[in-house]
Formats: sequence, C-alpha cells, structure tokens
Amino acid sequence: MLDPSPQAGPGRSEPLLSAVSISKRYGDFLANDCIDLDLYPAEIHALLGENGAGKSTLVKVMYGLIQPSGGELRWMGQKIILTGPSEARALGIGMVFQHFTLFENLTVAENVALGLPPTESFGAISQRLAETARIYGLPLDPKREVWRLSVGERQRIEIVRALMQNPKLLILDEPTSVLTPQEADLLFVVLDRLKSEGRGILYISHKLEEVKRLCDTATILRGGKKVATCNPREETAASLARMMVGGEIGEVKAASDRSATIPRLVIHKLSLEPDDPHGTRLEGVSLEVRGGEIVGIAGVSGNGQDELFAALSGERRSPGEGTVVIDGEAAGLLDVTERRCMGAAFVPEERLGHGTAPRMKLSENALLTGHAASGMVKRGFVNKPATLAVVDRTTKTFDVRKAKRDPEAASLSGGNLQKFIVGREILREPGVLIVSQPTWGVDAGAAAVIRQALIDLASRGAAVLVISQDLDELAEIADRIAVMFHGRLSAPLEAAEATREKLGLLMGGADTEQPSAEQEVKHAVGA
Amino acid sequence: MPLVLEKRAERSAVIAVASPLIAIALSLVTIAILFAILGKSPLEALWVYFVEPLTDGFSLQEIAVKATPLVMIAVGLSLCYIANIWNIGAEGQFIVGAVCGSWLAVRTNGTDVGVWLLPVMLILGALGGALYALIPAICRVYFGASEILTSLMLVYVADFGMDYLVRGPWRDPQGLNFPTTAAFDPAASVPTLFEGAGRLHAGSVIALVVVMLVTVLLGRTIMGFEIRLVGAAPKAARFSGFSANRLVLFTFAVSGALAGLAGIIEVAGPIGHLDPGVSSGYGFTAIIVAFLGRLNPVGILIAGLFLALTFIGGEGAQISLKVPLDLTKVFQGILLFYVLACDSLIVYRVRYIRTLRKPAHAAA
Repeated sequence: MLDPSPQAGPGRSEPLLSAVSISKRYGDFLANDCIDLDLYPAEIHALLGENGAGKSTLVKVMYGLIQPSGGELRWMGQKIILTGPSEARALGIGMVFQHFTLFENLTVAENVALGLPPTESFGAISQRLAETARIYGLPLDPKREVWRLSVGERQRIEIVRALMQNPKLLILDEPTSVLTPQEADLLFVVLDRLKSEGRGILYISHKLEEVKRLCDTATILRGGKKVATCNPREETAASLARMMVGGEIGEVKAASDRSATIPRLVIHKLSLEPDDPHGTRLEGVSLEVRGGEIVGIAGVSGNGQDELFAALSGERRSPGEGTVVIDGEAAGLLDVTERRCMGAAFVPEERLGHGTAPRMKLSENALLTGHAASGMVKRGFVNKPATLAVVDRTTKTFDVRKAKRDPEAASLSGGNLQKFIVGREILREPGVLIVSQPTWGVDAGAAAVIRQALIDLASRGAAVLVISQDLDELAEIADRIAVMFHGRLSAPLEAAEATREKLGLLMGGADTEQPSAEQEVKHAVGA
Repeated sequence: MPLVLEKRAERSAVIAVASPLIAIALSLVTIAILFAILGKSPLEALWVYFVEPLTDGFSLQEIAVKATPLVMIAVGLSLCYIANIWNIGAEGQFIVGAVCGSWLAVRTNGTDVGVWLLPVMLILGALGGALYALIPAICRVYFGASEILTSLMLVYVADFGMDYLVRGPWRDPQGLNFPTTAAFDPAASVPTLFEGAGRLHAGSVIALVVVMLVTVLLGRTIMGFEIRLVGAAPKAARFSGFSANRLVLFTFAVSGALAGLAGIIEVAGPIGHLDPGVSSGYGFTAIIVAFLGRLNPVGILIAGLFLALTFIGGEGAQISLKVPLDLTKVFQGILLFYVLACDSLIVYRVRYIRTLRKPAHAAA
C-alpha cells in the first residue's frame, strides 16, 4: 500500500505529465524536496497534504508559474521547460485556482475572453462559452456581471474557461473549499465526465472523504517530501490522515458536564448595509448564545459572515444599541475597546493584517487586543514586561513554536500564529468569544489544540460563537448550528439534527426566505 | 535574468541601518560624476562640500543652526509618515508659526514688556502651526480630501499671506521700503549659547529635547504604538479599537506644532526679523531628513546634521568652486531617490542566479 512507484496498469502506458525529482528552494527553506509524480490520462489523481506541505508549490511548478530549483518536468515523455502559464496552456495543461482571478465588474464572457488568446472574436467566445457550459452541465449566463454571482458560480467560470482550451490535464486547487456539499456533488459529476473523456485530473485537497470517493490515485506530501503514492479507496480516512500528519492526531474531547446557562450574547434583528459596494447586506440576523454553549455559523464564504463579524466585534457600529447585547448590556453602539472591556473577545478570520500586525513583534501583538483591559498600559505608558508575560503565558499554555522569545508575527507558521491569536484572547477569560474560521489553513495538530481550547472555554461558562466554513469542525465542537445565506441567518439546528444534507440545503438558500427572527425568538422562549 | 529580488523572511535589521549609508555613498558617487562633468575635480569638490565645514568651530555651529529647524520639523513629520499620513505642508506650517509668533514681537516692539514675551511667542508659534495643520487634517477626516494636495497647497497660501504682512501692515517704517519687519527686541529673541562667538542658539537645545520626547512617545507609550500600528496594519489597528481619524488629527496637530515652533525659533533666533525669505525650504527638505533618518528620531537628528552639512558645504562650494548653489538641491534630490530605492533591500534581497536553462528549449 505504500508502494512509492506508480502502479502500472492498462491504459496507463505513458504518463501525460511527469515530475521527476522536483525541488524548489526558497532561501533556506526547501518547499519541495525531490518529488516524483506521474499523471496519467483518464485518471483523477489526488495531491494530499496539510497546509504548508508543498502542494501549491509543486502545482505552480507544473503550471509554469515558478521555476524548480532542481529536477525536471516531462510532457508525454519529452523533457519540457515551462517559462510561464501560457506555455503550459499551449501544451494542454489547464488550471483552476483556489483564489479566483476574476474581475468583479466585468461580465462572465468578458472575463473568459481576457484569459484567451485574442485571435477569436468576442461573439464567438461568448457562443463557445455558452456551449461548453451547456455540454458539461455548468449553467452560466455569459452576460452576467461577476459580482452578482455566488462563489460556486464563479468557480464554474474558472472551470469553463479552462475547459474552453480543451486541456489534456486539468489541475484543480482545493475546489470544494468554497462549495456547499450539494455543489461539490455537482462538481464531482463534471470531473467524472472529464475523466471518461480521457483527460487527466490533478485534484488538490486535504479533505480525505472526498478524495476516497473521487480519486483513483493519491500522492501524499508532508513537509515538502513525498510520503507515498497509494490507492485512496484501499485506505481508510484514518490511515490517510496518519500519512498526511505523520502521527496520530489528538482527539478533541467534549466536556460532558457542559450545560447552557443564561444568554450572554444576543443578536436581535441586526440589519446593516455593507460599507463595501460588493459586500453583503445583513438582514434581520437574530441569535442567542448562552453561557456554556458553542454555537456555529455555517455557510459559504461571502454570505455576510465578514459583515456579521465586524458588527459583533464593533469594528462597525450597529444601527441600534439593542441589536447586539453582551451579558445583558446593549452594546450595538459601542466600539471594539468598549466591548472588550465588557468581557468580549474576538478572533478574526485573517491572521496576518487583521488579527495581528505581521511586521510587529508578538509582544506588540499581545498589546493589540489587550491594551484596554489588562494592565498592559499605565498612564499612557506601555508596560513591556506585562506584554512579554502574555506572550510567555500564551506560548506555554498553547504550545506556540517560535524561533525566539519575541519574533515578528509574520515569521510564525500559520498554525502557531493562530494558536497565539486564539490563546491571547482565551487567556483573558472572556465571557463571550466570537471567532471566525478558527482553524482555516492550520495544521491538524494546531487545529485540535484550538478546538479543545474553545470547548474548555465554553465549559468554564463562556458563550462561544464560531463562524466557520468547515462543516466537520462545526460538527465536532458546536452544540447548535445556524446557517448564513445572503445576509440572513437561519434558525439554529441542534447539532444532532444538523446533518450535512440539511446544512447543505440551508447553505444553498433553501428555507431562509421566511423570516428567521421569529423562529429564533420562539426557540429562545422555549429554551 | 540572473539577478532577482527575493523576499526576506524577516526584515533585515542590518540593512535597515545600512540603507541610508549605502544611499549616501551612491549619492556621493553620483554627485562626483556631476562635478566631473562640470569640469571640477570631484575629490576637491567633495572635500569642500563634506569635510571642510567640519574643520572649524564656526562652521560646526552653523551646521547645528541649520539642522535645528530641519530636525524639529522632520521629527514631527515622521509621526505622520509612520502612520501613513502624508503631511507635505510643513513649509506652510513653519511660515504660519513664524507669523503667529512674530505678531506678538511686532506688537510689542520697542516696549519693555518682560521675560514672558519669548515663551509666549514660542507657544503662539506652535499653536499657529498646529491649527494651520489641522485644516488639511479636518478636510481629510470629514470630507475625504487628499491631505497630500491640501497640505501642499496651503503652503502657498501661507507664503503669500506672510508676503502681504511684511510688505503691508507689518513693514518696518525705518526699513527703506524693504519687505521686512523691524528687528526683534532682545526680549523677543532666542538667546545664543556662546555670547559673541557664533550663532548656536537655545533652539538647538529645544530640538534635542523634542528628539528625546518623541523617542519616548514612539517607543514607550500606547499613543506611539497606535501610530506605528495604524501605519503597519490599518485593518489590525481598527480591530485594535484605534480610530484612524483621531490619529490623523493628532499627528497633523503635533507635526504642525513642531513646524510652527521651528518657524518662530528660526525667526526669533538666527534671523531676528520676519521677511519673505525666512524659510528657504526647510519644510520640504525636512521630508528628505525624515526618510533619510528612517523615521526614527535619533536617525533624524543625524540625518538633519548631515543635510545641514550639505547646505553649509554648498555655500562654501559656491564661493571657492564657483558652482551654483542649486547643486545642493540636486544632491538632496539624488539622496532621497537613493534612500527610497535602498529601502527595498530591507524587505528584499538581491540574489544572483545561475540559470540551469541552457538545454531547455530543445525539447519544447
């Protein structure tokens, strides 16, 4: 099962693209270390690995975006040098990126035309676009502007754009991370069809169940090295995870004696215009989070989660003081610092630039959220030892790994920085914690530490609100789960009732048209 | 391309200090070439410019006198620039400070009003500069007007306003129609430090105190943290609960006050009266000083002294080498250009790459 050489089989006589001993060095850091990979036609090949394992680097090399420091690429047996993506495309390699490269103010057809060689008329491109979309069952209106489209629809543009070049090999980077379960199912149908047409597909993911279901072969990377190539259908999710992480992952244990007390965070009919023209309007969002409880907010990103976080943290004031209530006190008109003084704490989604200042030291980043309520500032002067003490305590309690005592935030790995950010807030023992995407892009070990810390905080009586796109995470830690869609929040479901199917339907917009506020109030009264 | 810029993992502390030195070296090479083109011996010219002023006590005092307003203004501007707020109008705030302080000196001219006169003049100067700087700050906060444009344009308003005063209402009746006020009374003048032996004055001491105060402000106080945070990561600053608008008002007011203070010290000190030529572009040169000094108060002190050296050296060169005084401005411009260019080395490093691409295109 751990046979490192690709299995030979019928129809696999010659690989489409081979990476032979590819290395990529950034300064002293070896992002890829002698990686071999063979991609065959009519095969869906998974590239598995944690964040930072070197998946993106390898794929960028294969798409000509970066040059390898060592090793070579072979296209159908011939050695090639890719000096740019256009050469890769000319050979027949297409790519769908995780972060879309679309112009929001242009239409679908205009975006596609921009990515194609200027030999074809715009009318012809629009027609071919509509036809390709129809053939593959990816409905798209060429005349719609991109900003009106959902994330799933935007991904369709990228896929159709790649398919219009008739690629022999299609690379997809974490395609389902932005999709509802139902949308992901539709994508899998399309991928199966592409495979049956004889195209090769390289599918990058860290979702194991998905890979087991879809992929014929899987190559696992860890720390820049290839660990194994195997058939994922013959593996269990646990064995794949072990190969990815290189050891067992600590199980998160839920505290059994946790019971919900009084509401500590109440959101009441919160409506808010976005400050960004492409933002989402919040419409009548209502929710109660009680002490001792973790409530999850699921949803595809861009449905108002960022706006909700800003309204809850106080980065944007609400229109009415009663729309946000913290521990019984109206907080809608208060700013971030005042809300922190009431015992609330916040962890934003973006680690660098929002949760921390990347080029500042950790002690200064401790001051970032601690300056108001924790003795770090006396008569306008910063108490440097106190800020360092917070760094030390966070480091110790949350096992933050760093090169020196007080490095710049940007020099920490994603997982360690996230442990620092979450730890910095939890050590203040907040009564209300609002955290957005707590483990996004974090390695499995750090994710387990963070989830455990959230559960422990709730069991000490705090109200915890977790905004996350990761349904597995919410299933693991949340007591109740609500879904955000188009700026509205569904009534929360008890975790036991919140099946993937139900949540997926809500994430796709079913059932949120009726006003959710009444349901939530009824729920609260009944509780 | 065999040379590539590669991002560093952490900012290089060594380069952060070395970058201005590299910039100065490159500027010296460039200006030496310019001298050669002008038909002067580059070595002799560099000697006259940069070494000769350091060789006698009188020139050294002149350098300190010249550096005083530059340092004071640049330290204030650095607060703005660290926070990514662009006050380009220190020249105007300098003039308004000079005018406000001079008002009292002109009103009390010839009357013996007491020792409180000079301190009040200094306060008026600082206040005037601060209020004048608040105009672009308020326009930015409440109307979204670009502070770069408004602060710059207000320089000319201040300039012509002063011109009107010294040619009209405040003109010295005994001044043979020259556009100048009467010479200030001794009580309205900043005292020199060495009686009768050079022009070094108490303003230089005030500049040193300002450098120390701002060092403490930036390094030790929550306000300094706020200024640095807003500049380094505006979104994180908002998350931190700091108001960017309040900071615009604060930094503009402080930098305006320091520019205004520098203005009145210059007028009541070395010049001794108000006339249209009081500034000679201090407010603009201070921008170069601020960046050359790495937006760090102590760095600015050194950079201010260095630029003052180029002024004094330029005057010497004009006399002994017959080169135009504008060459000093050319040198300062070249210097700012190199400083900004070298700054990219703090975050990036240059690497020479031997390409392994030779047998490449055979297969493709």
